[in-house]
Amino acid sequence: MLEVKNLHVQVDDKEILKGMDITVAPGEVHSIMGPNGSGKSTLAQVLAGKEAYEVTEGEVTFQGKDLLDLEPEERACEGIFLAFQYPVEIPGVANTYLLREALNAKREYRDEKPLKHVEFAKLAREKMKTLGIDEDLLKRSVNAGFSGGEKKRNEIFQMQILEPALAVLDETDSGLDIDALKIVANGVNSMRDSGRSFIVITHYQRLLNYIVPDFVHVMVDGKIVRSGGKELAHELEEKGYAEF
Amino acid sequence: MSVDLEKLAQEEYKYGFVTDVEQEVAPKGLSEDTIRMISSKKNEPEWLLEWRLGAYESWKKMKEPRWAFLRYPEIDFNDISYYAAPKSNPSPKSLDEIDPEIKETYDKLGIPLEEQKMLAGVAVDAVFDSVSVFTTFKEKLAEEGVIFCSISEAVEEYPDLVRKYLGSVVPRGDNFYAALNSAVFTDGSFVYIPKGVRCPMELSTYFRINAENTGQFERTLIIAEEGSYVSYLEGCTAPQRDENQLHAAVVELVAHNDSTIKYSTIQNWYPGDKQGKGGIYNFVTKRGRCVGRGSRISWTQVETGSAITWKYPSCVLEGDNSVGEFYSVALTNRRQQADTGTKMVHVGKNTSSTIISKGISAGEGQNIYRGLVEIGKNAEKARNYTQCDSMLIGDRCGAHTFPYIEVRNSTAHMEHEASTSKIGEDQMFYCRQRGLSAEDAVSLIVNGFCKEVFKELPFEFAVEAEKLLSVSLEGSVG
Repeated sequence: MLEVKNLHVQVDDKEILKGMDITVAPGEVHSIMGPNGSGKSTLAQVLAGKEAYEVTEGEVTFQGKDLLDLEPEERACEGIFLAFQYPVEIPGVANTYLLREALNAKREYRDEKPLKHVEFAKLAREKMKTLGIDEDLLKRSVNAGFSGGEKKRNEIFQMQILEPALAVLDETDSGLDIDALKIVANGVNSMRDSGRSFIVITHYQRLLNYIVPDFVHVMVDGKIVRSGGKELAHELEEKGYAEF
Repeated sequence: MSVDLEKLAQEEYKYGFVTDVEQEVAPKGLSEDTIRMISSKKNEPEWLLEWRLGAYESWKKMKEPRWAFLRYPEIDFNDISYYAAPKSNPSPKSLDEIDPEIKETYDKLGIPLEEQKMLAGVAVDAVFDSVSVFTTFKEKLAEEGVIFCSISEAVEEYPDLVRKYLGSVVPRGDNFYAALNSAVFTDGSFVYIPKGVRCPMELSTYFRINAENTGQFERTLIIAEEGSYVSYLEGCTAPQRDENQLHAAVVELVAHNDSTIKYSTIQNWYPGDKQGKGGIYNFVTKRGRCVGRGSRISWTQVETGSAITWKYPSCVLEGDNSVGEFYSVALTNRRQQADTGTKMVHVGKNTSSTIISKGISAGEGQNIYRGLVEIGKNAEKARNYTQCDSMLIGDRCGAHTFPYIEVRNSTAHMEHEASTSKIGEDQMFYCRQRGLSAEDAVSLIVNGFCKEVFKELPFEFAVEAEKLLSVSLEGSVG
């Protein structure tokens, strides 16, 4: 699914990723943990194609394609989804409108017919129920005036509609209370299948009680310093990152 | 990494074609003779000729205003032709009598003149250069007592109404361009809504400039009697030419007791090319008088065209409890410049006004909001809310705001909000991460920014406005 090899990335001449490697097979859930400033969010942004990040070395292959060659929207259409740590507000644009445009852009990319209003509404209503999102949130402007929890739930809702092959969750758990955390985790778990992969970036082991990963990686100073199974998260919770 | 949008920027202005039709064009230049010629072409009564000549006298003494934040070369008013009309049947009684070329022009513009092909519920007056070529649904409107015709026809058929109201809102010597218009105006629309009538359809005028080296000087007059309602929309396009062309219109609105006039504009005159060559100079005076108590005038404009826009649709709130509104989206791309805004003059008690202005600058465009809110000494408890938002796309464009507030009554309540934002990289990235192309993302974000204004447009046209904005933005990112 995804193969990142020796990835070096800099922003404003400062190197942030210093030889990052990770391989994600279809159906796997990988968690990346690490202290602040270790480069976790940078990795997420680079995978999604943020322009401010300059790749100086290394390669990224996604489903056999050179990912670094693609525009952000092409990556999205190829099946990469980023649940943003800080989802932006877009005043005046209805949440549903953006989402329908996005879904139809993706469908067009795959030579599928665009979904009609009615079909989209039906799809949206189904997904809304499972995430406990009310209709009002769909009509409101994208993320404008949303609470922290609503923003994060909205990201998961978008993910459910867009059905990506690889979803990168960038600290989706931060700022969530336990109920919201469960809703978000359920949203992710309900999508897990043999063909879909996840990269879950988090500071806390707490989320991983609900989204149980296949692999846990520890990231420090721009690269992965240790990898293991889900038990590694518990160890980190106890000992912290001091030993790295 | 960035998207190659250069070729989109080259995209031709969609309405830039020229109609090949035999036209009668007056020789260039402005003199008393020109004015007499126009007046006699239109079989005008003596009083109107005198009125025009008086305006010409005032105009000769005036100086071209240069206070606007606009840069353009001096206009040679003797290098313009003041009258151009298709030679074919000047007053067709039915569609069959219209020159097929002209009919086809309107078809191409998406304004079919056959009533059965029209958007349901919209009546159209089609103005081609200096003359109105056709007005649809006249009979149907007449059943309700609504008069909708060209101003030339109104002068002949309803001289008393025209004489009573012409110049009653914008006096013939009001300003340089209004005086010029009063001297040489050729055609435009006339609307009269009788007492208590809610106009059963949207009225609209479609202005088309076709002839070369010709100015268009249209004049529109709308009168709403007590308790009536009308929604009116104008659209404008012009061929793509290297020379600048002048368009100097005057629009007058009169709202009597408890009546409402909604006036919407979708202005898409040829904006000039990327280098700033060609394009329409749009110098327009639009003003409405809320003479009656409880009357209401609402201006909504979407300005995406023209090389130069100089335009301040205004409301004079004379009647107690009258309401004035101004909703504006102005977009400047390439080398376009727009100096636009409004004047809200509060005279009566409990009058209120709302101003919502959205300026979008892209390319090397310059966008200026200029507005005046004036509260007179007798305007007890007047209220105004002003919101001016500017959005910048790229780093070569500019946005400027010049709000003027004059308050002479201490009971007034004024609110003013202003913001300037750069189209956010983060917003763009968010949309693109979801799968939208860069240009779709810009258009989505800008349309969201303009939402408050678009919702004021008649439903049929709100969709058009969104499309127009997207087309005008093409090539603005890259």
